[in-house]
Amino acid sequence: MSAFHGTKMNPSKFHKSQLKFLVFLIPLAVFMAMPIVYVFFHAFKPIDELFAYPPRFFVQKPTLQNFADLFGRANASGVPMSRYLFNSIVITLIVVFLTIIISTMAGYALSKKEFKLKKTIFEINTLALMFVPAAVAIPRYLLIEELGLINNFLVHILPLLAMPIGLFLVKQFIDQIPNELIEAAKLDGASDIHIFTKIIIPLVKPAIATIAILSFQLVWNSVESSTFYVNDEGLKTFSFYMSTLTSQATGNVVAGQGMAAAASLIMFVPNLIIFIVLQSQVMNTMAHSGIK
Amino acid sequence: MTKNKRDFSQWFFLGPYILFFSTFIVVPVGAGIVLSFTYFNAIEAPTFIGLSNYVSLITQDEVFMQKILPNTLTFALIVGPGGYILSFILAWALAQVPKKLRTVLALIIYSPSMTAGVAMAVVWTIIFSGDQTGYLNSMLITMGLLLEPIQWLQSPEYLMKIMILVTLWGSMGVGFLAMLSGVLNINSEIYEAGYIDGIKNRFQEVIYITIPSMKPQMLFGAVMAVVGTFQAGAIGVALSGANPTPQYSGQLMVNHLEDFGFIRYEMGYAAAISVVLLIVVYAFSKVAWRLFGEKD
Repeated sequence: MSAFHGTKMNPSKFHKSQLKFLVFLIPLAVFMAMPIVYVFFHAFKPIDELFAYPPRFFVQKPTLQNFADLFGRANASGVPMSRYLFNSIVITLIVVFLTIIISTMAGYALSKKEFKLKKTIFEINTLALMFVPAAVAIPRYLLIEELGLINNFLVHILPLLAMPIGLFLVKQFIDQIPNELIEAAKLDGASDIHIFTKIIIPLVKPAIATIAILSFQLVWNSVESSTFYVNDEGLKTFSFYMSTLTSQATGNVVAGQGMAAAASLIMFVPNLIIFIVLQSQVMNTMAHSGIK
Repeated sequence: MTKNKRDFSQWFFLGPYILFFSTFIVVPVGAGIVLSFTYFNAIEAPTFIGLSNYVSLITQDEVFMQKILPNTLTFALIVGPGGYILSFILAWALAQVPKKLRTVLALIIYSPSMTAGVAMAVVWTIIFSGDQTGYLNSMLITMGLLLEPIQWLQSPEYLMKIMILVTLWGSMGVGFLAMLSGVLNINSEIYEAGYIDGIKNRFQEVIYITIPSMKPQMLFGAVMAVVGTFQAGAIGVALSGANPTPQYSGQLMVNHLEDFGFIRYEMGYAAAISVVLLIVVYAFSKVAWRLFGEKD
């Protein structure tokens, strides 16, 4: 073993041979983090610093004014910002919760049940990993109109519930659970529901955490439903509201910059926190993410 | 497993997923294909016109052939493979630093992808803002590289480059995480065996051991890269604040589709663009499958 001088993956401690990686990893990470760090500073800048020339990266006299403006502001049709935020939070909670249940249930059936179409369904789902929702925006719109979901709160929720990548990851993960465990439970007289809730769910927690993150990112950032399917301002989401602030900040119109930065921060921070909390579970799931 | 013939429980568990999957994924794709053979203005009922939409897309839509297609291909070929190779190199390098440091660095590299380019467009519009208070302009003027501010996001010359940069910045997503865990899970004995078999350097090691040992993750990462690339279509419109983008310089197929579907209400034509787009995505993924797929 000591004669082996090849690659040392997953090293336990620092060694100077790792310097060559750090030499480019650290500057790159700094470069990638810059726009995000910048939003942090920008959101806390008072008005004179926002428009200072030359512009400064760091904030000198941090203030919460931008957040106060953002929360105090109502748009042209009189809908306050908090309404958008409230909509987003409710939609996100429902979508994440239902996506987890639906994907885990389907993953259990595809992994542990024997039936005719099992392979076909999984293959169709793998094919659907390539699905780009934006490509079928038109038929989706017509369908949603047909279903009477235009201007309906449910339009934010229903289209996002089937997440091919979520089912894919959870199925791969459930494959790791030995069949004997389920057989044994069956012999003890456990029902399917019991097996699902008492054995599968606790064992696939990492995969559930991963679906939660992916589905959270999808729904929290989504502007599609508010842009296309909802006309009623009071039913639109925070991410949509933010995108309207952005378009005002485009080009030379700098008004609203501080508020836009504060809003981006509100958009970004939940993503970050959830990922930090669940990252080890995500890595655990990703180990089984391969397509064979 | 002993199989009970009357057991239909799988449909109980699969039911909800299949319901939503078919309603919001399968049906729209099918309807898109059907609509693409019709003329449909969203008011009158669609009329069947055969392949006309496809024929005019190829022969008459000058914008499509001269701008959209070349733009989409340039964008896809740089962002797709570029982002993918970058993800792999980063994952490979990260796997070789200690855990704590790795976790922090991986988090930073992953974080841009969390917000899906468009949500962060506000930052980029400020950084690339066209007057002298724009960060990039101000920096370049101070350094003496530039005399007058450049309208970065309104300029046909720069918009595409900025779109590529922003998308690459946000492309270290799920695929990157999958590859990172793929590299980490390769058994170290395989490396030792490889060196005994005569592997001489790091490059050979990556080509002959690392990549073949994590093919499934490489494929997953590739599919995610393809999808991410085509999903990022909205970025040009978000950055420039207009559809069509200035002189169509940042116009991608997704934008063209929305332009026809939601602005001009030529739904049949827009559906034909969707079908072409889906075929392009499928073709790109197929290449990935060829490279990394395992044939049973």
